[in-house]
Amino acid sequence: MKCTEFLSELTNYLDGVIDERTKVELEDHLAWCHNCYVVCDTTKKTIEIYRDSQLYELPEDLRTRLRTAIVSKCHARKKAGPERV
Amino acid sequence: MSTIQPKIDEPVSDELALVQAAKGGDVSAFEELVRRYDRNVFRIAQHITQNREDAEDVVQDAFLKAYSNLHQFQGQSKFYTWLVRIAVNEALMRLRRRRPERMVSLDEEVKTEEDSLPREVADWSPNPEQQYNQAELRDILTRTIQGLPASFRTVFVLRDVEGLSTEETAEALDLSIPAVKSRLLRARLQLRERLGRFFQKREPTNGKETPETGDPIK
Repeated sequence: MKCTEFLSELTNYLDGVIDERTKVELEDHLAWCHNCYVVCDTTKKTIEIYRDSQLYELPEDLRTRLRTAIVSKCHARKKAGPERV
Repeated sequence: MSTIQPKIDEPVSDELALVQAAKGGDVSAFEELVRRYDRNVFRIAQHITQNREDAEDVVQDAFLKAYSNLHQFQGQSKFYTWLVRIAVNEALMRLRRRRPERMVSLDEEVKTEEDSLPREVADWSPNPEQQYNQAELRDILTRTIQGLPASFRTVFVLRDVEGLSTEETAEALDLSIPAVKSRLLRARLQLRERLGRFFQKREPTNGKETPETGDPIK
Protein backbone atom coordinates (compact mmCIF):
# COMPACT_ATOMS: atom_id res chain seq x y z
CA MET A 1 0.00 0.00 0.00
CA LYS A 2 1.25 3.47 -0.91
CA CYS A 3 0.94 6.52 1.37
CA THR A 4 -1.60 8.09 -1.02
CA GLU A 5 -3.78 5.00 -0.77
CA PHE A 6 -3.47 5.10 2.99
CA LEU A 7 -4.55 8.75 3.05
CA SER A 8 -7.57 8.11 0.86
CA GLU A 9 -8.80 5.60 3.45
CA LEU A 10 -7.82 7.67 6.49
CA THR A 11 -11.27 9.11 7.16
CA ASN A 12 -12.96 5.70 6.89
CA TYR A 13 -10.27 4.21 9.10
CA LEU A 14 -10.61 6.86 11.83
CA ASP A 15 -14.40 6.57 11.69
CA GLY A 16 -14.16 2.79 12.01
CA VAL A 17 -16.16 2.21 8.83
CA ILE A 18 -13.82 -0.09 6.98
CA ASP A 19 -13.78 -3.77 6.09
CA GLU A 20 -11.48 -6.07 7.99
CA ARG A 21 -9.15 -6.75 5.05
CA THR A 22 -8.50 -3.08 4.30
CA LYS A 23 -8.02 -2.44 8.01
CA VAL A 24 -5.29 -5.08 8.18
CA GLU A 25 -3.57 -3.55 5.12
CA LEU A 26 -3.77 -0.06 6.65
CA GLU A 27 -2.38 -1.21 9.97
CA ASP A 28 0.39 -3.08 8.22
CA HIS A 29 1.27 0.18 6.42
CA LEU A 30 1.15 2.09 9.73
CA ALA A 31 3.54 -0.40 11.31
CA TRP A 32 6.39 0.56 8.98
CA CYS A 33 5.53 4.04 7.65
CA HIS A 34 6.35 6.56 10.35
CA ASN A 35 5.02 9.53 8.39
CA CYS A 36 1.59 7.99 7.91
CA TYR A 37 1.56 6.92 11.53
CA VAL A 38 2.19 10.54 12.57
CA VAL A 39 -0.43 11.90 10.16
CA CYS A 40 -2.99 9.38 11.41
CA ASP A 41 -2.23 9.98 15.07
CA THR A 42 -2.19 13.80 14.86
CA THR A 43 -5.35 13.85 12.72
CA LYS A 44 -7.06 11.82 15.41
CA LYS A 45 -5.79 14.26 18.04
CA THR A 46 -7.04 17.19 15.92
CA ILE A 47 -10.55 15.74 15.89
CA GLU A 48 -10.48 15.01 19.62
CA ILE A 49 -9.18 18.46 20.53
CA TYR A 50 -11.96 20.15 18.55
CA ARG A 51 -14.60 17.79 19.83
CA ASP A 52 -13.63 18.50 23.44
CA SER A 53 -12.89 22.19 22.94
CA GLN A 54 -16.30 23.63 23.87
CA LEU A 55 -15.83 26.52 21.47
CA TYR A 56 -18.81 28.82 21.19
CA GLU A 57 -20.73 27.67 24.22
CA LEU A 58 -24.04 29.48 24.53
CA PRO A 59 -23.98 31.55 27.75
CA GLU A 60 -26.96 30.82 30.00
CA ASP A 61 -28.29 34.42 30.08
CA LEU A 62 -28.19 34.72 26.30
CA ARG A 63 -29.75 31.29 26.03
CA THR A 64 -32.69 32.33 28.18
CA ARG A 65 -33.09 35.56 26.24
CA LEU A 66 -33.13 33.78 22.88
CA ARG A 67 -35.53 31.11 24.06
CA THR A 68 -37.93 33.68 25.52
CA ALA A 69 -37.91 35.58 22.23
CA ILE A 70 -38.48 32.41 20.20
CA VAL A 71 -41.35 31.23 22.40
CA SER A 72 -43.05 34.61 22.38
CA LYS A 73 -42.85 34.78 18.58
CA CYS A 74 -44.22 31.23 18.34
CA HIS A 75 -47.21 32.31 20.44
CA ALA A 76 -47.72 35.33 18.17
CA ARG A 77 -47.59 33.14 15.07
CA LYS A 78 -50.00 30.68 16.62
CA LYS A 79 -52.48 33.50 17.20
CA ALA A 80 -52.03 34.80 13.67
CA GLY A 81 -52.82 31.35 12.25
CA PRO A 82 -50.88 29.13 9.84
CA GLU A 83 -48.27 30.88 7.72
CA ARG A 84 -48.74 30.88 3.97
CA VAL A 85 -45.67 29.58 2.21
CA MET B 1 -4.56 2.80 16.66
CA SER B 2 -8.12 3.11 17.92
CA THR B 3 -10.87 4.86 16.01
CA ILE B 4 -12.75 8.01 16.97
CA GLN B 5 -15.80 7.34 19.10
CA PRO B 6 -18.86 9.45 18.34
CA LYS B 7 -20.06 11.51 21.28
CA ILE B 8 -23.70 11.96 20.38
CA ASP B 9 -26.46 10.59 22.49
CA GLU B 10 -29.23 8.71 20.79
CA PRO B 11 -32.31 10.86 20.34
CA VAL B 12 -34.80 10.41 23.11
CA SER B 13 -37.81 8.43 22.12
CA ASP B 14 -40.31 11.12 23.09
CA GLU B 15 -38.97 13.48 20.44
CA LEU B 16 -41.52 12.55 17.82
CA ALA B 17 -44.27 13.05 20.40
CA LEU B 18 -42.94 16.55 21.11
CA VAL B 19 -42.92 17.33 17.40
CA GLN B 20 -46.49 16.06 17.03
CA ALA B 21 -47.63 18.13 20.01
CA ALA B 22 -45.88 21.22 18.63
CA LYS B 23 -47.55 20.63 15.25
CA GLY B 24 -50.86 20.64 17.09
CA GLY B 25 -50.06 24.07 18.53
CA ASP B 26 -48.42 23.15 21.84
CA VAL B 27 -45.76 25.85 22.16
CA SER B 28 -44.36 24.38 25.38
CA ALA B 29 -43.58 21.14 23.49
CA PHE B 30 -41.70 23.20 20.92
CA GLU B 31 -39.92 25.05 23.74
CA GLU B 32 -38.60 21.69 24.93
CA LEU B 33 -37.16 21.06 21.44
CA VAL B 34 -35.53 24.51 21.60
CA ARG B 35 -33.96 23.60 24.95
CA ARG B 36 -32.58 20.38 23.50
CA TYR B 37 -30.92 21.85 20.48
CA ASP B 38 -30.31 25.58 20.96
CA ARG B 39 -26.69 25.07 22.05
CA ASN B 40 -25.94 22.92 19.00
CA VAL B 41 -27.59 25.37 16.60
CA PHE B 42 -25.68 28.28 18.16
CA ARG B 43 -22.35 26.47 17.83
CA ILE B 44 -22.96 25.46 14.23
CA ALA B 45 -24.13 28.98 13.36
CA GLN B 46 -21.14 30.65 14.94
CA HIS B 47 -18.72 28.27 13.25
CA ILE B 48 -20.26 29.06 9.87
CA THR B 49 -20.88 32.79 10.21
CA GLN B 50 -17.86 33.50 12.45
CA ASN B 51 -19.92 36.26 13.99
CA ARG B 52 -21.67 36.25 17.34
CA GLU B 53 -24.61 38.52 16.40
CA ASP B 54 -25.27 36.54 13.25
CA ALA B 55 -25.20 33.33 15.25
CA GLU B 56 -27.81 34.72 17.67
CA ASP B 57 -30.03 35.69 14.73
CA VAL B 58 -29.58 32.26 13.18
CA VAL B 59 -30.75 30.56 16.39
CA GLN B 60 -33.93 32.64 16.46
CA ASP B 61 -34.67 32.45 12.76
CA ALA B 62 -33.92 28.75 12.41
CA PHE B 63 -36.23 27.78 15.27
CA LEU B 64 -38.99 30.11 14.06
CA LYS B 65 -38.70 28.75 10.55
CA ALA B 66 -38.83 25.23 11.92
CA TYR B 67 -41.91 26.10 13.96
CA SER B 68 -43.70 27.65 11.00
CA ASN B 69 -42.85 24.72 8.76
CA LEU B 70 -43.39 21.85 11.17
CA HIS B 71 -46.22 20.58 8.96
CA GLN B 72 -43.56 19.85 6.31
CA PHE B 73 -41.54 17.68 8.67
CA GLN B 74 -42.55 14.14 7.79
CA GLY B 75 -40.48 12.31 10.39
CA GLN B 76 -38.39 10.46 7.79
CA SER B 77 -35.24 12.00 9.22
CA LYS B 78 -34.46 13.00 12.78
CA PHE B 79 -35.92 16.34 13.83
CA TYR B 80 -32.39 17.48 14.67
CA THR B 81 -31.07 16.74 11.15
CA TRP B 82 -34.01 18.65 9.68
CA LEU B 83 -33.37 21.56 12.04
CA VAL B 84 -29.64 21.60 11.24
CA ARG B 85 -30.46 21.83 7.55
CA ILE B 86 -32.56 24.92 8.20
CA ALA B 87 -29.89 26.44 10.48
CA VAL B 88 -27.04 25.83 8.00
CA ASN B 89 -29.02 27.55 5.24
CA GLU B 90 -29.78 30.53 7.46
CA ALA B 91 -26.12 30.76 8.51
CA LEU B 92 -24.81 30.55 4.94
CA MET B 93 -27.26 33.24 3.88
CA ARG B 94 -25.87 35.57 6.53
CA LEU B 95 -22.28 34.72 5.66
CA ARG B 96 -22.94 35.56 1.99
CA ARG B 97 -24.59 38.81 3.01
CA ARG B 98 -21.61 39.79 5.11
CA ARG B 99 -19.05 38.74 2.53
CA PRO B 100 -20.63 39.45 -0.82
CA GLU B 101 -17.19 39.69 -2.39
CA ARG B 102 -16.59 36.00 -1.80
CA MET B 103 -18.88 33.37 -3.22
CA VAL B 104 -19.83 31.07 -0.41
CA SER B 105 -21.07 27.70 -1.50
CA LEU B 106 -21.07 24.19 -0.15
CA ASP B 107 -20.47 23.01 -3.70
CA GLU B 108 -17.10 24.71 -3.99
CA GLU B 109 -14.89 23.09 -6.58
CA VAL B 110 -12.94 20.30 -4.98
CA LYS B 111 -9.38 20.40 -6.21
CA THR B 112 -7.29 17.41 -7.24
CA GLU B 113 -6.21 14.77 -4.79
CA GLU B 114 -2.76 16.37 -4.57
CA ASP B 115 -3.85 19.22 -2.33
CA SER B 116 -4.82 16.88 0.48
CA LEU B 117 -1.36 15.41 0.80
CA PRO B 118 0.29 16.65 3.95
CA ARG B 119 3.25 18.81 3.11
CA GLU B 120 4.77 18.61 6.53
CA VAL B 121 4.89 15.59 8.74
CA ALA B 122 6.05 16.67 12.14
CA ASP B 123 5.03 14.83 15.24
CA TRP B 124 3.26 16.63 18.06
CA SER B 125 4.22 16.75 21.66
CA PRO B 126 2.40 14.13 23.78
CA ASN B 127 -0.23 16.47 25.26
CA PRO B 128 -0.17 19.42 22.89
CA GLU B 129 -3.18 21.19 24.37
CA GLN B 130 -1.44 21.40 27.75
CA GLN B 131 1.25 23.68 26.32
CA TYR B 132 -1.28 26.52 26.33
CA ASN B 133 -3.71 27.94 28.81
CA GLN B 134 -7.45 27.70 28.19
CA ALA B 135 -7.77 31.12 26.54
CA GLU B 136 -4.72 30.63 24.31
CA LEU B 137 -5.94 27.23 23.21
CA ARG B 138 -9.40 28.55 22.34
CA ASP B 139 -7.81 31.33 20.35
CA ILE B 140 -5.60 28.88 18.42
CA LEU B 141 -8.51 26.53 17.70
CA THR B 142 -10.84 29.36 16.67
CA ARG B 143 -8.35 31.04 14.35
CA THR B 144 -7.33 27.73 12.82
CA ILE B 145 -10.83 26.55 11.96
CA GLN B 146 -11.79 30.01 10.71
CA GLY B 147 -9.08 29.70 8.10
CA LEU B 148 -10.81 26.78 6.40
CA PRO B 149 -13.14 27.36 3.44
CA ALA B 150 -16.82 27.43 4.53
CA SER B 151 -17.56 24.17 2.72
CA PHE B 152 -14.87 22.26 4.62
CA ARG B 153 -15.54 24.00 7.93
CA THR B 154 -19.24 23.18 7.85
CA VAL B 155 -18.70 19.48 7.12
CA PHE B 156 -16.05 19.22 9.85
CA VAL B 157 -18.27 20.92 12.44
CA LEU B 158 -21.30 18.76 11.69
CA ARG B 159 -19.36 15.48 11.55
CA ASP B 160 -16.60 15.90 14.10
CA VAL B 161 -17.82 18.54 16.52
CA GLU B 162 -21.56 17.86 16.54
CA GLY B 163 -21.26 14.14 15.88
CA LEU B 164 -23.73 13.80 13.00
CA SER B 165 -23.21 10.66 10.91
CA THR B 166 -21.91 10.93 7.35
CA GLU B 167 -25.43 10.20 6.08
CA GLU B 168 -27.02 12.85 8.32
CA THR B 169 -24.38 15.41 7.31
CA ALA B 170 -25.05 14.65 3.64
CA GLU B 171 -28.76 15.09 4.23
CA ALA B 172 -28.38 18.30 6.23
CA LEU B 173 -26.09 19.86 3.62
CA ASP B 174 -27.73 18.39 0.54
CA LEU B 175 -24.43 16.83 -0.52
CA SER B 176 -23.63 13.32 -1.70
CA ILE B 177 -21.93 10.93 0.73
CA PRO B 178 -18.67 10.89 -1.32
CA ALA B 179 -18.70 14.72 -1.29
CA VAL B 180 -19.05 14.75 2.51
CA LYS B 181 -16.22 12.22 2.90
CA SER B 182 -13.92 14.09 0.55
CA ARG B 183 -14.51 17.45 2.28
CA LEU B 184 -14.13 15.87 5.68
CA LEU B 185 -10.76 14.35 4.79
CA ARG B 186 -9.48 17.66 3.46
CA ALA B 187 -10.83 19.58 6.45
CA ARG B 188 -9.23 17.16 8.91
CA LEU B 189 -5.88 17.18 7.13
CA GLN B 190 -5.80 20.96 6.75
CA LEU B 191 -6.65 21.50 10.41
CA ARG B 192 -4.02 18.95 11.43
CA GLU B 193 -1.38 20.68 9.39
CA ARG B 194 -2.28 24.16 10.65
CA LEU B 195 -2.45 23.04 14.28
CA GLY B 196 0.96 21.42 13.85
CA ARG B 197 2.50 24.89 13.85
CA PHE B 198 1.43 25.25 17.47
CA PHE B 199 1.59 21.70 18.68
CA GLN B 200 4.63 20.11 17.12
CA LYS B 201 7.33 18.56 19.18
CA ARG B 202 10.23 20.86 19.90
CA GLU B 203 13.73 19.70 20.61
CA PRO B 204 16.08 22.01 22.46
CA THR B 205 19.28 22.79 20.52
CA ASN B 206 21.88 25.23 21.82
CA GLY B 207 19.37 26.68 24.19
CA LYS B 208 16.97 27.42 21.32
CA GLU B 209 13.92 25.38 20.47
CA THR B 210 13.44 24.20 16.92
CA PRO B 211 10.60 22.16 15.49
CA GLU B 212 11.32 18.55 14.67
CA THR B 213 10.20 17.99 11.09
CA GLY B 214 10.00 14.66 9.29
CA ASP B 215 10.49 13.97 5.60
CA PRO B 216 7.75 15.03 3.20
CA ILE B 217 5.27 12.26 2.59
CA LYS B 218 5.75 10.17 -0.57
